[in-house]
Amino acid sequence: MENTEIVNQLIAIVKPYVTEVEALNDLNENTDFINDLKINSANLVDIVLDIEEVFGIEIDNESMQKMLTVKATVEIIQNKLKI
Amino acid sequence: MNSNEIIAKLPYSKPFLFVDEILKINENGVEGCFTYDENLDFYRGHFKSQPITPGVILTETMAQIGVVCLGVFLMNNQLVSNGLIALTSTEIEFLKPVFPDEKVTVTSEKIYFRFGKLKCKVSMKNSQNELVCQGIIAGMIVNF
Repeated sequence: MENTEIVNQLIAIVKPYVTEVEALNDLNENTDFINDLKINSANLVDIVLDIEEVFGIEIDNESMQKMLTVKATVEIIQNKLKI
Repeated sequence: MNSNEIIAKLPYSKPFLFVDEILKINENGVEGCFTYDENLDFYRGHFKSQPITPGVILTETMAQIGVVCLGVFLMNNQLVSNGLIALTSTEIEFLKPVFPDEKVTVTSEKIYFRFGKLKCKVSMKNSQNELVCQGIIAGMIVNF
């Protein structure tokens, strides 16, 4: 899957949890979910569960802890899709 | 773990412990009850001369029985000493008032327990088996 396709799906997934909606327009690979999009850290769990469902993958604890930026999340999704 | 062992592990005490007894518990859910003593302090002010249990207290009761007791059971002694239980979200609707000395029963169904976060569908019934309030409550372990 292309990275841009993953990013687009990711935007749709995080949108309901984003407090800073305008920051979504400036989203790039360095965007940080908590600091830039002001997502409640407890909701990162719900986002990861949505990612698992949408992409049909399973995220382990170690990967979950790294999924704080768009870049890290896309990398983890790409790696899991290869398995 | 039995009812008394779970209640002993809760981080609350009077006047903010809202669990009398765990009636049923397994990895998918929990059922427990509590009776609101008419002498509880908040009845003096909620409301003036007409005591009714505040919605926040009903919510707290649902969270303590439905999420924290179940969380303690699921963690099965793995709760780390510097870990604290944090309420992370509630979405509750209230249907009936609860008066002093009423006994309520809380039933909770696990939606998920992943990455230290427990999210449950929780409901409360009064002694006439009428639905008092219901909703979704989530909590997680946080380290300070």
